[in-house]
This record gives sequence, structure tokens and C-alpha cells, in this order.
Amino acid sequence: MGKAWKFGNDIDTDVIIPARYLNQTTPEFLAAHCMEDADMAFAKEVQPGDVIIGGKNFGCGSSREHAPIAIKASMVKAVIAESYARIFYRNALNIGLPILECPEAVSGIAAGDEIQIDLETGKIDNLTQNTTFQARPFPPFMQELIKAGGLIPYVQRRKKDA
Amino acid sequence: MGMTITEKILASHAGLDEVVPGQLISAKLDLALANDITGPVAISEFEKFGMDKVFDSKKIALVPDHFTPNKDIASAELSKALRTFARKHQIEHYWEQGRVGIEHCLLPEQGITLPGDVIIGADSHTCTYGAVGAFATGVGSTDLAAGMATGEAWFRVPETIKFVFNGTDYQPWVSGKDLILYIIGKIGVDGARYCAMEFTGAGIEALSMDSRFSMCNMAIEAGAKNGIIAPDEKTLSYLESRAGRPYKVYTSDADASYRDVFEFNVSDIPLQVAFPHLPENAKSVQEAAGIKIDQIVIGSCTNGRLEDLRVAAQILRGKKVHSDIRLIVIPGTQQIYKDAMKEGLFDIFIDAGAVVSTPTCGPCLGGHMGILAKGERALSTTNRNFVGRMGHPESEVYLCGPAVAAASSVKGEISHPEEVL
Repeated sequence: MGKAWKFGNDIDTDVIIPARYLNQTTPEFLAAHCMEDADMAFAKEVQPGDVIIGGKNFGCGSSREHAPIAIKASMVKAVIAESYARIFYRNALNIGLPILECPEAVSGIAAGDEIQIDLETGKIDNLTQNTTFQARPFPPFMQELIKAGGLIPYVQRRKKDA
Repeated sequence: MGMTITEKILASHAGLDEVVPGQLISAKLDLALANDITGPVAISEFEKFGMDKVFDSKKIALVPDHFTPNKDIASAELSKALRTFARKHQIEHYWEQGRVGIEHCLLPEQGITLPGDVIIGADSHTCTYGAVGAFATGVGSTDLAAGMATGEAWFRVPETIKFVFNGTDYQPWVSGKDLILYIIGKIGVDGARYCAMEFTGAGIEALSMDSRFSMCNMAIEAGAKNGIIAPDEKTLSYLESRAGRPYKVYTSDADASYRDVFEFNVSDIPLQVAFPHLPENAKSVQEAAGIKIDQIVIGSCTNGRLEDLRVAAQILRGKKVHSDIRLIVIPGTQQIYKDAMKEGLFDIFIDAGAVVSTPTCGPCLGGHMGILAKGERALSTTNRNFVGRMGHPESEVYLCGPAVAAASSVKGEISHPEEVL
């Protein structure tokens, strides 16, 4: 269970982690500056289990993997958005940041609402408003990738099988 | 059913006769590239594979271009990690400062990105290479690490959107940058999300290679997977003295299927300016006229090529940069730098009162070499005008092509070139 941090449409990776911090790669350092150009309070106040809510085209712009790394290291449980930019989508799955696509949840969750997510089933409960949403299921290949724990273990397993 | 150029390239690299949009494939890579920001993250992921070797040391490019010449100790460590890896694995396409350039200017110039290639790059503007008829797309560091280890990457075959540009009667000073800003203004920053953008028509045939690079470069700003232009005579002559290996030219079939087809008359497209904070906020330069500016940048992987510098010099010749303006000119590669110098373009820039910098991505991403203070406003030939992109989160970036940038630097406010000539 965690609190919802709500952001708008087209949240770009420059906002998620500005390039002025890309001279370092440690997840903790990146997390300390996560989302700061959109909301200075986020990095300071985010708690483990909190949820980021984005609108359409979340993670657009630069391919920097530092963006999902920063979010993951902020200890958020998942990102829920209406839609994702494609490079961010790949990067999030590759590094094991849970992302859910659910336009209904995006419009049905307000900033600060208490949210519970079942990542296995994609069920999203808004405990504050007493509503439930179902995220879109991932295509089978992505499910395999997620189950393996990201791209590196997935490729390693395939190599071993071969 | 016929296939698009993108589908044909992907099919050939997946060992298939045909592919359809939505299909998941594993494709063989002709090139995998990274820079000094994304490379070190990819290298540490690569090392997790526990492999001794990259799949092919000739098919990897590592380009230290973002924070170079290194701006601080932390960025020097990033470059060092890239350099150490490049030496250890004898990476053929690695350049030190003094030889390096902005990756998406440098690799095509060196004939490393060729028609029919499948290219992944840990940099979102990898889509630039579509201008030579390659399938090229941006990925993250982990995808790049897997690519360096296995020589393959998985893709969902994208649907293609076709953009047909009719006519060749361009308005004066309009370039590829204006065309792509115009399109993004029409379809939005997610208008081509997950899709291939195919540019075609007499208007594209009339464009120089440098303008085609600018167009394909910004396909990502519409959310696209790749931008692509089928090779023609101009492409082949550009490659004639450059291509370091054989290549195959693909073109779309007449009966290929498209998600959408947009048609434009080039004569209808005015010079463009994209307002903060999204590239989709594109308007005509007339609508932006009079907006006061603090700093102007001419450069980047979008507009740091020789044609861009020539256009800027043509406007700046014999003129002075406005006293309130800092104009920063950044050639994309050492070759472009040298050519521009030989042509006397630097005399024009320096006499006008501009900075001429060594090649670097620098200010485009708010890295170094021209960071904005709170409340400052830039006009830039770069590709992104997101919040905080060039510096302080309360600074602003307007995007344009080189002609508007040069004219505005003289006037001190956003201006049409006619106003200063």
C-alpha cells in the first residue's frame, strides 16, 4: 500500500532525471534527484510502496536508462500510466521496474490517494475512493521477460537453454 | 501484400521472407552504439553477462560526445570507463577527443551507418540513420548490453506512417528541420508512438542529405521507433566515398500497407519555431516574432552539419550578433569543423561575435558549454525544449532551424531571415 504521486501527460526523461545528474550512475544518487524538475518534494518525501501516476506518453524523450533506474531506486511500487513512450517501456521491463498501463486508473486516482497493487494480476485498488481497476495485461513475450527478472537474466537463460 | 522499407529490412535481418506489424522478431545487428552517458551503464550490464567478448568488435561504436571534453571529474570517469572497455575489446569505432564528433553526425560521415542496416543505439536520436535508408532505433543501456553480447535485439515490427511531401517550391530558408517540426506540430509528441515514419515525395527528393538527417533525427520527438527515407541518387552519391562495406538498398513496395498517410505541399510550410516545453508546440516564425532571447545555439545532432553552418553564415556575413545575445556555434564533427573553417565560415561567426566550440552535445541536453540560468530563454537548433532541458528548470528553450537562429541572433529576438537581410 502506498500513496499516489500524480503527474501529467508527456512526462519526459529529462524531467524524471535531468542530464545535470547524468555524470553519475549510482541508483541512490539518481533517486535523490528523481522528478525534481516536476515536483521538488517527490525525492524528499516519497516512501517505499508509493505509486507514480502518469498520463499519456510517460517517459518520452531521451533513452537514458537512468530514468527508470531513478524511479526504481526511489522504491516506488510501480508506475501507472495511460501509455508509455517505447524506449522507456523497454528500459523499465529490462531493469525490472513494474509499469502498468491503465487509463481508467489514471483518471480514477487523485494525488495522495492510497493505492494497493497486485503486480501478479494487474489489479489496482484505490483504497481512498474505494474503486478497483484492471491494468492491461502484458503481451506473452513481455511476461516472460518480467518473469525472468529483466533482459539480462532472460538472455542468460536462453543462452543456457541453447 | 507488399512490404514497407522498414518491414523489408527487419525481415531480412530476422531471416524471414516477410514480417507484419505487431510481429515480434529477433534481428541481427549491423551496428550497436553508445555514448559517454549510456555506454558506462551498458558496460556494467554487459559485464553481468560474464562474457569475455563482444559479438563483433567491428560492429560496435562507442562515442564520447555528451560531456566531452570532460566537464568535471565525474564525467571524466564515464569517459574513462568507455575508453577502458573500447581498448579491452578492441572496439574499431572508438574516437578520442580531437577526432570524435557528435555521434549522429560522425557515424554517417564516416560511412559506418549504411542503407539496409539494422542499428541500435543507446541514444534516442539513433533514428537519424534512417536518412541513409537504415532501420535505426534508440534503446536503453541494457538492450545495448544484450546487443553487444549477442549481436541481436528483439523488436516488435512497427506499423508505418507515410508522410508524402509534394512539390519542390519551398519557401525561402525552409529546411528539413522545419518539415519535421511542422509534422510534429500536426501529429503531436506521441503521434507516431511505436511507429515507423517514412518520408517520401518530390519534396524529400529535393532535400539535401543534411536536411534529411535533421528530419529523421527528430522522428523520436513524435514518439516514433524510426524515421526512414528510401535511398536515392543523392544517398548513393553521399555514400560513394564513405561506405566502408557493401550495403543493400531497400524501398517500399507500391502495395505496402500503412497505418496512415499524410500529404503536404512543401509550399505551404513556413519556417517553424517550437515553443516551450514540447516540440509539438510548433508555430510559424511569424507567430513567434519579437520574442526576446538570451542565448542561441547552432549545432547538435539535429543541425550541426555543414549545410546548417553555411546557412547561418550566409545570414551572419558582415553582421553583428545583437549585444544582448550569446551565440554559440558547434560544428558536429572535426571534418565539419575543418570544412567550415576552410570555407571561411568561422571568420564570419567570430567577426559577428559568436562562440565557435569544438564538437560536443554540450548545451543541447544541459550538459555543459552553455547552460541557462533561471528565467533565461534560448533559441536553439537542437531537438528538445523540455522543462529544464538546457539548464535551470525555470529556463525556456525554443526550437528552430539554422536560418531563424542566425537571423534572431542579429535581431536579438525571434525573427524571420528577411528581417535582417
